[in-house]
Amino acid sequence: MTDTTATASHFHAHEDHGHHDADHKPAFFQRWFMSTNHKDIGTLYLIFAIFAGIVGGAISGLMRAELAQPGIQYLQTWTALMGGAPDFDTALHMWNVLITAHGLIMVFFMVMPAIIGGFGNWFVPIMIGAPDMAFPRMNNISFWLLVPAFLMLLGSSFVSGGTGHGAGVGWTVYAPLSTSGSAGPAVDMGIFALHIAGASSILGAINFITTIFNMRAPGMTLHKMPLFVWSVLVTAFLLLLALPVLAAAITMLLTDRNFGTTFYDASGGGDPVLYQHLFWFFGHPEVYIMILPGFGIISQIVSTFSKKPVFGYLGMAYAMVAIGVVGFVVWAHHMFTTGMSVDVKMYFTAATMVIAVPTGIKIFSWIATMWGGSMTFKTPMLWAIGFIFLFTVGGVTGVVLANGGVDNYMHDTYYVVAHFHYVLSLGAVFSLFAAFYYWFGKMSGRMYNEFLGQVHFWLFFIGVNVLFFPMHFLGLDGMPRRIPDYPDAFAKWNSLATHGYEIMAFSMIFFFVNIFWSLFAGKKAEGNYWGEGATTLEWTLSSPPPYHQFEQLPHIGDDHSH
Amino acid sequence: MKTLKTIMMALSLAAIPVAAQAQDAATAPAAPAVAATAEAAPAAAPAAPAFQHRAPDANIGQPIPGGFKIQPQVTEIGQDAEWFHNSLLMPIITIISIFVLILLAYAVIRFRAKANPVPSKTSHNTLIEIVWTLVPVLILLVIAVPSIRLLAHQYAQPKPDLTIKVIGNQWYWTYQYPDNGDFELVSNMLPDAEAKKRGEPRMLAVDERVVVPVNAIVKVIVTSNDVIHSWAVPAFWTKMDAVPGRLNETWFKADREGLYYGQCSELCGARHGYMPIAVEVVSKEKFAEWVRSKGGKMPGEDAAPAAAPAPAAAPEVAAAAPAAPAAPVTSQPATAQN
Repeated sequence: MTDTTATASHFHAHEDHGHHDADHKPAFFQRWFMSTNHKDIGTLYLIFAIFAGIVGGAISGLMRAELAQPGIQYLQTWTALMGGAPDFDTALHMWNVLITAHGLIMVFFMVMPAIIGGFGNWFVPIMIGAPDMAFPRMNNISFWLLVPAFLMLLGSSFVSGGTGHGAGVGWTVYAPLSTSGSAGPAVDMGIFALHIAGASSILGAINFITTIFNMRAPGMTLHKMPLFVWSVLVTAFLLLLALPVLAAAITMLLTDRNFGTTFYDASGGGDPVLYQHLFWFFGHPEVYIMILPGFGIISQIVSTFSKKPVFGYLGMAYAMVAIGVVGFVVWAHHMFTTGMSVDVKMYFTAATMVIAVPTGIKIFSWIATMWGGSMTFKTPMLWAIGFIFLFTVGGVTGVVLANGGVDNYMHDTYYVVAHFHYVLSLGAVFSLFAAFYYWFGKMSGRMYNEFLGQVHFWLFFIGVNVLFFPMHFLGLDGMPRRIPDYPDAFAKWNSLATHGYEIMAFSMIFFFVNIFWSLFAGKKAEGNYWGEGATTLEWTLSSPPPYHQFEQLPHIGDDHSH
Repeated sequence: MKTLKTIMMALSLAAIPVAAQAQDAATAPAAPAVAATAEAAPAAAPAAPAFQHRAPDANIGQPIPGGFKIQPQVTEIGQDAEWFHNSLLMPIITIISIFVLILLAYAVIRFRAKANPVPSKTSHNTLIEIVWTLVPVLILLVIAVPSIRLLAHQYAQPKPDLTIKVIGNQWYWTYQYPDNGDFELVSNMLPDAEAKKRGEPRMLAVDERVVVPVNAIVKVIVTSNDVIHSWAVPAFWTKMDAVPGRLNETWFKADREGLYYGQCSELCGARHGYMPIAVEVVSKEKFAEWVRSKGGKMPGEDAAPAAAPAPAAAPEVAAAAPAAPAAPVTSQPATAQN
């Protein structure tokens, strides 16, 4: 409560009277179901994301169990449990339902809600010195749209999707597998789920852009904003520009499926590849949507634990802008084997490689931030350093895949699976855990347990590397993605990968024990529990912050560092 | 657009001699072989004995147990690409990763709070920022030149010696040989027990292999009857999506005989993992023999009217070929294409 910075006198004034009305909380139902408070909505997003993460993570456990050895071991049992027919094809369809659900849940219902809805909602307004988001009621509907979207997706696995129950089309939902190839309502429900989740994200993006442009505290110029705010701003623009294209693409899927249009059907003058262009015009910015806020989080954490301002602040901010812009003109590198002309392939090869430049700037700037610092290695910093290295590994395999000529071999193999799990499962997810440990005390008012946090990090780090690194080998040896059974030659690395999953899953016990232990018995968190390195505005408030912060706006002076 | 094209052309200039060489190498040995089979053809035409297929080689044409490398390549494109990956890309990405790891490790040790209690205030250094922007650009240029050259090479298809048409179906492949009397094969995966009996790897063995001659430029036209599939043979560095309503084209020239497996590489429904590809590369003579065993004919035979009394019989012979397909045969693949 008594933390000070150069500008802290304002907060004292605010807190003195703030205790009477600013911290008044509504009753339970009104607070959690009709919330207009950005912190409560952020908390709801985080709880939702953790729940969805458990579902998506459990599904990957089923997949790793089935892939542990050659042959089909469990699919038929699971299909029977889900009430499906006991034949072989239905069991194989179950596999496609699992991969589809894993991808969609992790992308739309775990990473995005956690990193943008959760941490973005919690800390963007605070970091720019705003009392709340620009449109608090829209914020509420952004969150509550996600719930029916998720239920719709989960519900789709109980209705027919053609060969069996559920949508078995992959998270990419390629036509014509998703149109003429999948009878039954499951794919329609999946499309509706994406529509609703997309609407939720578009509303959220509008809210973030408006908040960041209009509600910065006096003196908080764009070039003084913390990098996390910059990252969310760029992400919000990507969402705003990319998601409508997805909405159009899947609406056309819907009309192709139900109303006899032929947008993606050559026999009616359409083109299946058109869907891929539209999907990846959204899909490639989407991967930056998932990782950019992570970049911002890592910048805050590295700076805090090095006790130094971020190195090359402007370079860092505009590197993210550059990644966002270039991210819109590289989409067809996901489609190198669809039969494009040589000129198109050359262009997309060259454009894709360009992304490595701003990404390199970010990696080196993080290291330069550490350089000369006075580093401590609390759990968030371990995740951040782990992120920097593993994201580099995922990034360089991206440079390999960028080459259209090489991609003829790698496309749709496990090499690609390894690549995008290194940047997402070991990139975005590491940044999520880093953020969670970094801000847990700020959000809950109680400190996490450092020992449990470090055990969680090390076990998770070992687990995901054992899980995903062998997938590079499987890809080089030619194993295609999205298959439930494989030639015996792939048995060794698949077995090892499954053991990696077991280690990773074991580490999650420490995470959940830590959450519950800390919430009930954790040490009370001070306002700025990280000390002198933590300079952004959330550390000038109590932990947790008052229900309404900044009733009198803070003034950001020239001395305020990022 | 025009300038872009010029730049691309300039970048790929270096590739042209390579492509030209490949063309020479391809046509030179092929010519006498074709002549030889044409002569031999009339004598062998009436008899169609069971064709002796080759056994798989565990070291080539299929994944290596516990392997961690690109499968051995048997096409020039594949060898170029493999060199590009193994000798340029892999060293570069390994060095970058290790470099970042070393920097991190050094920073963690040297600048830990105990070793460096007072943090520096440095937050800008224009020179180093320019360096770490320009050096990656240079590295990418080093990668881009052979990468663009490889692409140009892949698309510089020499005049084909043979065209085959590959059609994806849920969940099997059909193959047509338009140059050889347009017979059709239906290729299904062998059940595990049958594969084992024949000494072939499970999940990869098929009942009807695609057979092509060695050292011949094989043009592959790829399409689909239902959803998108992808025809992939790792040992050839070949992968081409089979898109309904589109005719995609690729090519390969296998430089040694052998049996090369691949798997469907685009999610196509329940049995996506159960529609493998097997390409058997044989000598010109054996190829002619195989073509006749399928009721087809070599191009040279077209000129001799006596040798082809009943050209219309070809499709029926194909359908009646040994090892009847497990799935129903649909032989109207041309409907979706134009």
